Amino acid sequence: MSIGLIGRKVGMTQVFAEDGTLVPVSVVAIEPNTVTGLRTRERDGYTAVQLGSGVAKRLTRPRAGQLKGLPRVRDTREFRLDDGDGMAGYEVGQTLDVTLFNAGDLVDVVGVSKGKGFAGTIKRHGFRRGPETHGSDSHRQPGSIGAGTDPGKVLKGTGMAGHMGDARTTVKKLTIVRTDPERNLVLVKGAVPGARNGLVMLRKV
Amino acid sequence: MPTLLEEITADQIRTDLPELASGDTVRVHLRVVEGNRERIQVFEGTIMRLRGGGITRSITVRSVRSGVGVERTFKVNSPRIEKIEVVRHGQARRAQLYFLRKRVGKAASLRERRVS
Repeated sequence: MSIGLIGRKVGMTQVFAEDGTLVPVSVVAIEPNTVTGLRTRERDGYTAVQLGSGVAKRLTRPRAGQLKGLPRVRDTREFRLDDGDGMAGYEVGQTLDVTLFNAGDLVDVVGVSKGKGFAGTIKRHGFRRGPETHGSDSHRQPGSIGAGTDPGKVLKGTGMAGHMGDARTTVKKLTIVRTDPERNLVLVKGAVPGARNGLVMLRKV
Repeated sequence: MPTLLEEITADQIRTDLPELASGDTVRVHLRVVEGNRERIQVFEGTIMRLRGGGITRSITVRSVRSGVGVERTFKVNSPRIEKIEVVRHGQARRAQLYFLRKRVGKAASLRERRVS
């Protein structure tokens, strides 16, 4: 567990690496984050830094109270720290920006995946389909969901159709290809969960 | 207005290359690393395929070497490309000239295009 930043997914593109290979990258826009709160072992039972980003159009009264004396941030997220480190010098009101990361660092990226709606077993669990012809009707059917009288029930965890996506997703150990402190951007190698403009957390590995 | 994604790749897009069109015969000078030595390898052939835009733009160059068809794909904006020379402008009415694969000898050549 370690510190990171809150950003927004801009989209994907490709950039040339030094050796001439074309690398696929996700672009994440990270406006400077504000430390909006601290969680301590003594008071909260765990150690974390709460960061805020964006500008809230409206704040509820309780929210305004929590953010008293701080920028009116729209989103807050907590980043767990190792208990041993204490607060590691973070204090409320401090801002953190893209310079936290360097090219070559590894990060875990947390976001909310794109919703897929009610999806069948092929899309959702990678099941194989049945025959398309020769009298078969079981084109995209799930097939058997278990044995008969024994066990006499459908086992828990059996793959079935249902809602897919729109869930918190973490992609681990993505390489930071480049940071752009002027435009507050980070280029991460590979794909990142969520739609464009979706909120993502980049957490240092 | 260029999008943010275009802005990011803008500095890697090359402006020093000639205009390329499918059907053109080109010589691609590619820097290759052999061991710890770098040398330039030249590949000449017809642009059989133009693909992509922006930084992903690529060309597939086809030539017949010792009776065997050879096709190589290059990312046009790659920093590994030293230069591209256009030897001859060929007339082509489509971006992908897959029909060249089935043609042999003179039939595989394209009419020259007049460039003003």
